[in-house]
Amino acid sequence: MGRFHRHEDGTEHAHDGADGHAHGEDHSGYQTGAERVEVLERIFGENDKTAAANRAEFAAHGVRAVNLMSSPGAGKTTLLRETLSRLAGPVRIGIIEGDIETSLDADRLAGFGAAIALINTGNGFGGECHLDAPMVASALPRLPLAQLDLVLIENVGNLVCPAEFDVGQDARAMVYAITEGEEKPLKYPVMFRSCELVVVNKMDLLPHLDFDLDAFVGNLRKVNPAADVLFVSARTGEGVGAWCDWLRARL
Amino acid sequence: MHELSVCSSIADIARRRADGRAVSVINVRVGQLRQIVPDTLVYCWSLITEDTPLAGSRIAVESVPARIRCRSCERVADVGDLPVFACAGCGGIDVEIVAGEEFLITSLELAQEGAGG
Repeated sequence: MGRFHRHEDGTEHAHDGADGHAHGEDHSGYQTGAERVEVLERIFGENDKTAAANRAEFAAHGVRAVNLMSSPGAGKTTLLRETLSRLAGPVRIGIIEGDIETSLDADRLAGFGAAIALINTGNGFGGECHLDAPMVASALPRLPLAQLDLVLIENVGNLVCPAEFDVGQDARAMVYAITEGEEKPLKYPVMFRSCELVVVNKMDLLPHLDFDLDAFVGNLRKVNPAADVLFVSARTGEGVGAWCDWLRARL
Repeated sequence: MHELSVCSSIADIARRRADGRAVSVINVRVGQLRQIVPDTLVYCWSLITEDTPLAGSRIAVESVPARIRCRSCERVADVGDLPVFACAGCGGIDVEIVAGEEFLITSLELAQEGAGG
């Protein structure tokens, strides 16, 4: 594979072969005799180690974990409320609730008998825009894992960063609202590609929007041909049963 | 958007590998699918390393375009700016990503003795 890079003047090109630096640019140190230390170490190595430990802990307790992601306002918390009202009891559910500030979402999920561990990423984690594996690890002691079947991890609302961080989940799912526009899979391909399931939410609004559902599905298929897709309105309850079935099938 | 926490991870690795020696450049390889903005990374690096032994060092980013290989017809192609993870040759959707997910520190360049970092 060629070595692709960008020059000071903005031009980009690739070199075939490993050397290729015959045109006098400054790759400081290459020619000055400065000592180079080979590293070749993955930058997310520490996170991924903790994610593997989280995954092992879930598995040791027979718990399945689903990392639920979306943009802000797509309806994750409303969907979770509906999920708890249908599943909690027969399925023993724990929630890890990630938010930059406030316990508002966690409060909305109280009262269904589910164990809830809140992580405020603004609280000692530097206001992070995502959950990472150490944050989820910090929440695990607050959940009675031995008494749970399923842990739903509500990530911070954001279509970019959460896709980058393995938190130790068994599956990733995202909630996408049709109010977000058809082009989102093309703009955020890493997020849409990372998921095994895309829950297309707010379907009750379809008659009121200039939203082209076929175009959206086409865009989704371009970046993630294999994802399961469910059409849901968390508000009316339409399709929520199918989502609950998807969760149950993972247990 | 998460470049600040990424820089903390890079600094941890650089400190450990430098083992007390002064570092001038940290070479990182970043795939197109990693959603890292090189300019933001460079800016966050100066914030994170201020008043640390890594102050004054810089990050050099080598970008790697995303490429996919079709499992049906073996064709390898760039994903491009408008991402399509399907084979442009046969239309197959069973593709694997062969480049573009890299995110690693490739090497450190050490400051020369007395060069002032």
